[in-house]
Amino acid sequence: MGMTMTQKILAAHAGLDQVEAGQLIEADLDLVLGNDITSPVAIREMEKMHTSGVFDKDKIALVPDHFVPNKDIKSAEHCKCVREFACKHEITNYFEVGEMGIEHALLPEKGLTVAGDVIIGADSHTCTYGALGAFSTGVGSTDMAAGMATGKAWFKVPSAIRFCLTGKPSKWVSGKDIILHIIGMIGVDGALYQSMEFTGDGIASLSMDDRFTIANMAIEAGGKNGIFPVDDKAISYMKEHAKKPYTIYEADEDAVYEAEYTIDLSSLRPTVAFPHLPENTKTIDEIKEDIKIDQVVIGSCTNGRLDDIRTAAQILKGRHVAKGMRCIILPATQAIYLQAMEEGLLKSLIEAGCVVSTPTCGPCLGGYMGILAAGERCVSTTNRNFVGRMGHVDSEIYLASPAVAAASAVTGKISGPEQLEKGVIER
Amino acid sequence: MKAKGSVFKYGDNVDTDVIIPARYLNSSDPKELAAHCMEDIDQEFIQKVKEGDMIVANKNFGCGSSREHAPIAIKAAGVSCVIAETFARIFYRNAINIGLPIIECPGAAREIEAGDLVEIDFDSGLITDVTSGKSWQGQAFPEFMQRIIQAEGLINYINSGKTDSK
Repeated sequence: MGMTMTQKILAAHAGLDQVEAGQLIEADLDLVLGNDITSPVAIREMEKMHTSGVFDKDKIALVPDHFVPNKDIKSAEHCKCVREFACKHEITNYFEVGEMGIEHALLPEKGLTVAGDVIIGADSHTCTYGALGAFSTGVGSTDMAAGMATGKAWFKVPSAIRFCLTGKPSKWVSGKDIILHIIGMIGVDGALYQSMEFTGDGIASLSMDDRFTIANMAIEAGGKNGIFPVDDKAISYMKEHAKKPYTIYEADEDAVYEAEYTIDLSSLRPTVAFPHLPENTKTIDEIKEDIKIDQVVIGSCTNGRLDDIRTAAQILKGRHVAKGMRCIILPATQAIYLQAMEEGLLKSLIEAGCVVSTPTCGPCLGGYMGILAAGERCVSTTNRNFVGRMGHVDSEIYLASPAVAAASAVTGKISGPEQLEKGVIER
Repeated sequence: MKAKGSVFKYGDNVDTDVIIPARYLNSSDPKELAAHCMEDIDQEFIQKVKEGDMIVANKNFGCGSSREHAPIAIKAAGVSCVIAETFARIFYRNAINIGLPIIECPGAAREIEAGDLVEIDFDSGLITDVTSGKSWQGQAFPEFMQRIIQAEGLINYINSGKTDSK
């Protein structure tokens, strides 16, 4: 029986010729990662284990990114715990403030995630690396501890859903709109326990940043992983960044899929997920009422990459954020920050009245740097709009692309970039 | 292994942000996390919950973040078992790994009501609603899973040397 791309990667890492959906396997790990929230719990568990150390100091990545630069004393203690562990075990890929970034933007940029890898991370958005053709999935701290100690993890081989993407998206439709459309279609548990495998000639028109965004939000449909085939764009990205060899796996012609969807990218429109679930989607054209907003956040592991900052700057350049609006921009890594500076993007954004933050997950999970008060509304390029996610339980989050977020910052209400271009909305 | 307690009932897609809001994730102390368990979905939960009580919910319980703090908070609050139609996959794995019993049983998840007294036999998988007199056959807990739970988590279980494959 044919195997999916995910199944082939898992089989190879379990030393098996063939695996099938539902089979329990033990796989060798190419990378185990954690952040400042999840690693302290993993470190505590690992220290309980009768083990001498980590399985491979080069195959562990520790990235303090959620509450750093330290937001309070307790966060500082967590970061100190991670730093001391990294030092004690001589972890090669520990990234201190100054060289860090949001983990899922940072690790591909540093060339630590490549096609064919099996990666676990104690962070649910670890599925991001599927954009490069890796199998990567989020786990908890105990699995991270066992992974750091043994270099292995057990998995139930997932079945898969295939999403065949065709056509080319229009100007203001990005990876974010594509994944929001898919989550709106299948629901927040539509891919529960399954792989989301993306195929089709439409992929060629998607940038790597679009693909990272799409794979990143597979978890928001309940998916175990999201994965893309490895094409010329992915190869050239890895040639530029990768620090290790990659392996390309392709799905068999007769691979079995539980369901298949064909999506014509040219038919998609800018899409917004309303509170309080990522599946509550509407296209920008379906939003008839004025939804006034208080804050815009452009950043996160979902949409804090260079494409995203460029889009925001393109829209905000020469315009100004609405009176009373807070527009917070968080480039996801130091390299993105620097590049955005060199291209003059930060200047345009600051002149437009935005604030630019150091890389941090901060506001996405209601940590700091943009918490919402009761009754406030935020358009955010992040990934979750659950109750209380960014602050008070009576605040509201609308998930959208950087283009919609930037346009909304200008008008003060949820707006598409086309409305600005056409001058439909007067400032 | 058995559990008995009264039920707190919730709906679909109870996410890890409401189970333990991220504003409390600057701590990883189970007692401190338990003090804020379910705070953003049910402010009275932590005042009312008693040792042995259960959570019953509908589909996709535990969706969202991979924070192991979520099952840790529920367990430290005294909850003896979570029953749901389905669980999000990372939560499912984390719950077993830290020794919190969870059972997928759509019938029980739909029909058990808030405040009912429920008894679970983990050996057989039988779930009995003492209040309504109804019962459902959930999946029995395999022996190794019961041992992980008795050892209070995967790491202790591995350390105890009681794994089948040594």
